[in-house]
Amino acid sequence: MSTVLPGTRAAEAQDVPRPLQQLLEQQDYLFRAVTRVGGGIVLAVMALVGLFLAGNGIGAIGEVGLGTFLTTQNWAPETNDFGIAAVLWGTVQIAAVALAVAMPLALGTALFITEVATGWLQKSLTSLIDLLAAVPSVVFGLWGAYMLQPNVVDFSKWLSTWFGWIPFLQVDGVDPGSPLRDTVPYTASAFIAGLVVAMMIVPIQTSIMTESFRRAPTGEREGAYALGATRLGMIGTVVLPFGRGGIIGGTMLGLGRALGETIAIYLIISPVYAINFHVLEKGANSIAAMIALKYSESNESAMGALMAAGLTLFVITMLVNITASAIMARSRSGAESEG
Amino acid sequence: MTMQSASGHALAVFDPPDGEALPDPLAGSDAAELDARAVSAWFGERKVLDRVSLTMAAGQVTALIGPSGCGKSTFLRILNRMHEMVPTASLAGQVLLDGSDIYDPGRRVTLARRHIGMVFQKANPFPAMSIYENTIAGLKLAGIKASRVEKDFLVEDSLRKASLWDEVKDRLHQPGGGLSGGQQQRLCIARSLAVSPRVLLMDEPCSALDPTSTRRVEETIASLRDQVTVVIVTHNMQQAARISDTCAFFLAAQNDPGAIVEHGPTEAMFNYPQDERTSDYVNGRFG
Repeated sequence: MSTVLPGTRAAEAQDVPRPLQQLLEQQDYLFRAVTRVGGGIVLAVMALVGLFLAGNGIGAIGEVGLGTFLTTQNWAPETNDFGIAAVLWGTVQIAAVALAVAMPLALGTALFITEVATGWLQKSLTSLIDLLAAVPSVVFGLWGAYMLQPNVVDFSKWLSTWFGWIPFLQVDGVDPGSPLRDTVPYTASAFIAGLVVAMMIVPIQTSIMTESFRRAPTGEREGAYALGATRLGMIGTVVLPFGRGGIIGGTMLGLGRALGETIAIYLIISPVYAINFHVLEKGANSIAAMIALKYSESNESAMGALMAAGLTLFVITMLVNITASAIMARSRSGAESEG
Repeated sequence: MTMQSASGHALAVFDPPDGEALPDPLAGSDAAELDARAVSAWFGERKVLDRVSLTMAAGQVTALIGPSGCGKSTFLRILNRMHEMVPTASLAGQVLLDGSDIYDPGRRVTLARRHIGMVFQKANPFPAMSIYENTIAGLKLAGIKASRVEKDFLVEDSLRKASLWDEVKDRLHQPGGGLSGGQQQRLCIARSLAVSPRVLLMDEPCSALDPTSTRRVEETIASLRDQVTVVIVTHNMQQAARISDTCAFFLAAQNDPGAIVEHGPTEAMFNYPQDERTSDYVNGRFG
């Protein structure tokens, strides 16, 4: 026989939420302790690096003043005439060239791997991309300086000859009408450094985009195909909207890496300490390459100046990476079809 | 391509984008007969369907019934060339839409799928799109241009046919993913209807829905009769009995490919089955 609940509730029953606790097993305690220590160490190292750079660099910034530090192009710590403007500009310029080349390349590669290639081709391309990510940057630097540069300067020249009317593609000091093959003004430029960095960031961008495209729901893909979609139509309707977080996040993680890239740029550029708007022109610089270049010849005060430059780079890359992971974490939250 | 408006006028709305270069032999606006001839299917080495022939009459509802794993979903996916999406899949036989083979090598797979729409077991609206955009997603995918007025008309017409209009007419521009499961499924039906298919395939469209939503979808199917040919896979005997005109019973013995045991008018299948296995299945004695 069923019971009908009384209409009035028992007055004596406490109707407040009770605390919920659970007794953990020994293993769980241990596991929690180990993971906490691991996570803690990562955070501590991160904080220590930041503190170290700040502690050593802020003094140098204070000597010239923050405003001067941010706007001075020259780098001469011995005469207290130094600033981040030129190298920061160079860093951004090289990273911009790298992104402009790498992003479409990575997007196309990721779409090819997930949507076009099948079977062994798909598998071997995926592992090749991961292998490419493991190539040391010094190797990329050598390849860029001795293989890519001699072959790409003619393209640089062609670009500046035909598109030199776009201000940043202009190259000073050459006569486009000259019959001599004078490519020296086009070497060691931000453009070539950017190309090499692009090759280095394509793998990480590709693998993040591949991962996000691969997770695009089969149900939605089939829904698009069942409406008579072409593969391109399906990609535009389902895969790209779904993978938007991966595209943006992967691109920005690549940007983070491009900003911090050191040795490959160091091997290619011929360093200048002046803002150079012409990307195809000889002479470029970046914060990381400058630190590597100046490190061995620095006394204590010059070291402080380099620390200040390092601090700037640290802050910028942190911001870029935090933005990237925030975008990736938020993508497609709550919008997925249920189930 | 013409489209029947609610009031019965033929509204010349869209030219197929690829109309002139390749005349579309499947074109037409009415429900079409679908005729499967000796269809066999394999996944890799494993044969899952053995020479299945079935005629699905124009403007009627055909139900495919049978226990799990008997190949009825595979058969359904062969009917609009979704089977070949699986990399190892292969098949034999013909599928004729009004007498012309959709697997003809000179035929575009996209056109076949546009004429033979499909609704899936799990509702799959495009989450990045609004209800409005979802409804006419097929136009965009087919590259068909339409004016604002034509789109508005098509959205209302399709949503009405799918019995969803009254529930969503005030929030057409909200995301399709925000609807309930049953509404999402009817949105998917509306989306399929918006490209004026001549056949609509449904793969257990109600298996994830509650009884009320199921009833709405069944009413929708009933109202589509005569306008499109409906082929529906269902595990629910009562549903097959309620909505279908003809019925086909699939069965696969252990480790053997599936085949049709018996097919015919639904009433006869349920009341006077000729085969003992059909009788056992429709009366719930196995499966």
